[in-house]
Amino acid sequence: MTREDILEELKKVLAHYTPDKETLNSIGPETDFVNDLKINSANMVDIIIEAEERYDIEIDMDSAEKIHNIGSCVDVILEKINEKK
Amino acid sequence: MWTEGNTACKTENMYEEVLNQLPYKSSFRFVDTIISLDENGVVGEYTLRPDAFFYEDHFPGNPVTPGVILTEIMAQIGLVVLGIYLLMQAGLSPEKKIIPLFTSSQVDFHKLVLPGEKLKVVSKKQYFRFNKLKCTVEMMNEKNETVARGIFSGMMIQSNNNPL
Repeated sequence: MTREDILEELKKVLAHYTPDKETLNSIGPETDFVNDLKINSANMVDIIIEAEERYDIEIDMDSAEKIHNIGSCVDVILEKINEKK
Repeated sequence: MWTEGNTACKTENMYEEVLNQLPYKSSFRFVDTIISLDENGVVGEYTLRPDAFFYEDHFPGNPVTPGVILTEIMAQIGLVVLGIYLLMQAGLSPEKKIIPLFTSSQVDFHKLVLPGEKLKVVSKKQYFRFNKLKCTVEMMNEKNETVARGIFSGMMIQSNNNPL
């Protein structure tokens, strides 16, 4: 599981939540969920839960608080996947 | 017998404590009674006051409860009452205020609701994570007919910050 794999899957999930499809096509690590993709914190909870189910991981409160942009989201998912190994 | 009575009394005190934590006043408080409440869901009741402020204008000479008010009744009982209980279970900080933020709803309405009708709201928790509570909520009239049903979400916040 590479960063690129996770990013591609994340894009598919985000398509259900962001009203801004154009930004989605050009996302990078610095793309912010709230300011760039216009996703609120309530939808962030659903995105985190989807990630947990997809990768069979558990994201705790401390890790969730680190998630602000695409880069930190991929970091947390990778970290939790590696913890399982 | 003593134990049963004691348990019932404890439960009633807990319901009272939850009701006291509701942040609404008078004309915008839409919870009368808690029938049952645990970590998986809540059942509560509210009776529409015939002199409620919205009937005069919705509609003139033909008072009907607005859908937005029905939605609010479902949210206050189904999300806020249950959310306060879940926060209390997790250890509420008494010095902080509870601010419930309604984040989304998808509701279908089935019946008109007229002034004076008593409604029962049944809410079942889907999840409560990172302070977000998501529930399936159904509301019935006194004939036990479904008035409305839907999926409701809100954030239960204990501070003065708006996290949205």
